[in-house]
Amino acid sequence: MKFTWFHLMPYRFLPDDFKDKYRSVWVDIPRHLYDPRLGHQLYNEYLDQLEFADRMGFDGLGVNEHHQNAYGLMPSPNIMAAALARRTRRANLVVLGNSIALYHPPIRVAEEFAMLDVLSGGRLVAGFPVGTSMDTNFCYGEVPATLREKYHEAHDLIVKAWTEERVFAFNGKFTKLRYVNLWPKPLQRPHPPIWIPGGGSLETWDFCADHGYQYSFLSYFGYKAGKKVADGYWGVMAKKNKPLNPYSLGFAQVVAVAETDQQAERDYSPHMDYFYNRCLHVYDGFADAPGYRTLTTIKAGFLGQVGARAALRREGLKWKDFLDGGYVIAGSPRTVRDRLRDALTSLNCGHLMVLIQLGSMPPELVRKSTELFAREVMPFLRDLWNEWEDKWSPHPLTENERAIPASLDDSSTETNGRYNSALAGENRPAK
Amino acid sequence: MRAQHQIGGGRWQVELELCGSGDPLLYLHGAGGLLGVDPFLAELSKDFKVIAPHLPGYGESTGGELVEDVVDACLFYHQLLDDLGIASTNVIGHSMGGMLAAELAALDVHRVKKLVLVSPAGFWLEQHPIPDPFAMDLPELAAHLFHDPKSPLAQMFTTIPSDPQQLADMYVERTKRLTQASRFLWPIPDRGLKKRAWRIAAPTLLVWGESDRLIPPVYAGEFASRIRNCRSVTIKHAGHMVMYEQPEEFVRIVRDFLKG
Amino acid sequence: MKFTAFHLMSYPNLPSDFTERYRSVWVDIPRALYDPQLGHRIYNEYLDQLELADRLGFDGIGVNEHHQNAYGLMPSPNIMAAALARRTRHASLVVLGNSIALYNPPIRVAEEFAMLDVISGGRLVAGFPVGTAMDTNYCYGEIPATLREKYREAHDLIIRAWTENDIFSFNGKYNKLRYVNLWPKPLQRPHPPVWIPGGGSIETWDFCAEHDYQYSFLSFFGYVAAKKVADGYWETMARKGKPLNPYSMAFAQGVVVAPTDQEAERDFAPHADYFYNRCLHIHPNFADAPGYRTLNSIRAALQSGLPVKLKQHYSWKDLVDDGIIIAGSPRTVRERLREAMKSLNCGHLITGIHMGSMPPELVRQNAELFAREVMPYLRDMWSEWEDKWSPHPLPESERAEPAPVDFRRPGLEHNRIISATPWRPAK
Repeated sequence: MKFTWFHLMPYRFLPDDFKDKYRSVWVDIPRHLYDPRLGHQLYNEYLDQLEFADRMGFDGLGVNEHHQNAYGLMPSPNIMAAALARRTRRANLVVLGNSIALYHPPIRVAEEFAMLDVLSGGRLVAGFPVGTSMDTNFCYGEVPATLREKYHEAHDLIVKAWTEERVFAFNGKFTKLRYVNLWPKPLQRPHPPIWIPGGGSLETWDFCADHGYQYSFLSYFGYKAGKKVADGYWGVMAKKNKPLNPYSLGFAQVVAVAETDQQAERDYSPHMDYFYNRCLHVYDGFADAPGYRTLTTIKAGFLGQVGARAALRREGLKWKDFLDGGYVIAGSPRTVRDRLRDALTSLNCGHLMVLIQLGSMPPELVRKSTELFAREVMPFLRDLWNEWEDKWSPHPLTENERAIPASLDDSSTETNGRYNSALAGENRPAK
Repeated sequence: MRAQHQIGGGRWQVELELCGSGDPLLYLHGAGGLLGVDPFLAELSKDFKVIAPHLPGYGESTGGELVEDVVDACLFYHQLLDDLGIASTNVIGHSMGGMLAAELAALDVHRVKKLVLVSPAGFWLEQHPIPDPFAMDLPELAAHLFHDPKSPLAQMFTTIPSDPQQLADMYVERTKRLTQASRFLWPIPDRGLKKRAWRIAAPTLLVWGESDRLIPPVYAGEFASRIRNCRSVTIKHAGHMVMYEQPEEFVRIVRDFLKG
Repeated sequence: MKFTAFHLMSYPNLPSDFTERYRSVWVDIPRALYDPQLGHRIYNEYLDQLELADRLGFDGIGVNEHHQNAYGLMPSPNIMAAALARRTRHASLVVLGNSIALYNPPIRVAEEFAMLDVISGGRLVAGFPVGTAMDTNYCYGEIPATLREKYREAHDLIIRAWTENDIFSFNGKYNKLRYVNLWPKPLQRPHPPVWIPGGGSIETWDFCAEHDYQYSFLSFFGYVAAKKVADGYWETMARKGKPLNPYSMAFAQGVVVAPTDQEAERDFAPHADYFYNRCLHIHPNFADAPGYRTLNSIRAALQSGLPVKLKQHYSWKDLVDDGIIIAGSPRTVRERLREAMKSLNCGHLITGIHMGSMPPELVRQNAELFAREVMPYLRDMWSEWEDKWSPHPLPESERAEPAPVDFRRPGLEHNRIISATPWRPAK
């Protein structure tokens, strides 16, 4: 069993009346609600948390891409992965991922992921989501009717750019390039493992099965609701005679650990509320542009992640409902262990993306939950799926082949320390 | 005869070669433009009223910035023909001009009577990528354009004037032309003709120099398979600049086709 | 006087017969020459070097964007700036810059620069180059005829995205966006300082003068040859009635310092040779594309008789005598640099601490000698002028302190201990 500590990087300081006053947390959320000074503290706090998760032994650190919103403040998750690369040593950098149809030309994704892979010594997981309708159609102006075709073309180009040894020309419908010649190329051969984050589109299952990619189901409805999607995925895999290897499925689950079940409620309940009622407060008109989801998926009756129907389903839910519905797995280490084991067994899932920081949760709680999870939960689930080989984790350089970033401690360098300009001033040459 | 025309209510000042009389024949030049010495046009003007405009951005033709894509170019040619009072015409297009001629014939099937495409651009075959003419110096380009790069014609093409002012003028004019061409050909000369070629109704003749090393003759098959009423001729001892390299044979074949 | 330590991140291991065997270091250089394992080592070495420059007291650390080449290995300089943001404390992050016409839609640049500005506590310099013809036209397939128009549109969109207080729609020729609404927005108000790197296009001077941007002349041919460009820039500024503030110009000058002039030649000559003769081995037909330069710039270049072709080969003597690099003992370098900066009226020096194939110990020596023995002696220059083009970060006390990370001291890893007692299902 593998664990990725996943961060959305929400804005923690939306006002209490946010939901009543504003129609959406995404796309047209007022800009004045963002205070860049708090933003500075938040980014650094969040990166500290991810770095802490590395030291606590999580297998992966997860970041992802969203635009113009307070739900997740990473227009470029690659920036965050880069910030982590030289401040972490072991954990994989799970970028889940780049909405590849939003990069024109998409070789930029091939380049940036190659840079991250080389920089980190081969610790990169490359995620290729289509991206939400809010991000792609509304914020980035992509025509819904052609988004998926563009996505597929971008995918083909990126993978070819990673694997082709010679310069090639690419005459796509959306991208035309005469010289494709990636420098640098990724460290992992033939390329970093590819995970496809999805919200339940049927086409994604075929796509994953056909290419041997890992399917990462990112949902905030929890493992009970996730069962239908997981079953759909495994059904497709079975139909195509693919092994039902649990590591080929990633699943995101909100988890909160405290000393006792009661303490968990006391600690985390307000922050769940903030998450579900403010961070997921998306105007219905932005949730699903016409043409964003395929007709097949709509006909299959899968519910979108956000929008009026999704909100209705969560309307009025209390802590107990979140627990009973499986939206959240929370409680003492024992409770969390047991429920997680059930959840992962029922989904047949080998890659858990743990969402620990959620909504307005402050750093001390995040630290506690992370530490308890690492010490009291993770080790007790490690044995799951031992019989399967994980083919979807990165293959980094061995520790001794990896570059160790120089120490930043001035006293340990041979220099006399930082040359400050005040001192420099006294050292002016004689006139 | 060189003429200047105001087109489209003054939107364009067009420099064009206008010679001969008879059935109109519109000639669309390639990326390099008219060379100033284009004997096959004089020869064709014995039977046709030859109209050879410089594409806006070439020579003295102004308004290049208004011709940014295939649709703009076709509208420009329509406007030119309207202003010259020509309802329908035969069209010859060479290389980039071939691509534009094919687009013109596809967009308005009534305007083009017969169509001659000489080593036209417009398609892209993965297995036969067209080399990048923009990244070539003159000798390299000549080697791709001419059957015999050592021929006097090719030598003339690659000669660089020794007078610095002439050199500067040449360099600026060449840059101007290729800049305009880049709108249609950069980075890959495919602007979607494959979606529209089925519309071409005019009887079409494809002419290729046998040793065309820029757009190899294999592309004739691609055009032939996508245009309904189409036949194909290959001329020996000629490359991409076939009408300059074998003018007599070229003119004979074209005349026979247009008259036939 | 301000100093930015710049890194191109060149690939240091091109074979000695590279120039004979291959036509170009850019665009179509064979991929097989890139060894990602070496790539891993050098990325980390180079970042170590920039971090050292921060500790040595350079005002800025600089990175830039190039594609498909061995001359500079940063397709995304933002990735590098991000890696530096939490491992440096003082220096500005000078991203010189993003070729904004290559980001479609360009709000991505507005977003990424905003992220970097926020993470770093307002230490970002935002550079907006057009980008070389190799990068833009050949590698990224941009049509030369429309590149500059696209660049301008991208610039307008980015600045509006940074400064407008309300959501707006943008109906550009190349970008159509119904909702532009940047989250996060940059920390510096109204936005990070904008520097425009240029290679001598005359339109760039007007652009900088009109917008009060700093003009960064990035040349590899030294201050002597640059005089003409600098004069052109200052003439434009004077004509437009702008103050001739030295800080409104940056200049990139190769500088290497050794204990003595002789040691400078002995130590650096091979690496300068590597840089000037291998890293700059660019196929001439990739160096320009029809329409990449404006006709005005071409005419100006033809008239002024600038050498169209580079020299076939540069020797150490060529490099030093022509001022292409300033090299020698601290005393030599101080004097020549003062003369150079004076002659250009330049307040922001951008200098590469690493060149071509220099090994880390030499880079360290170079950076240390420069910081200790050269920088302090030039600090006094231009003190009568106000530098309006450096970032305005949060004061130290308001800046987040990243939690300590020490790779050599395992302390917090608990997983190993715990994994030693495997979970057993309850009976």
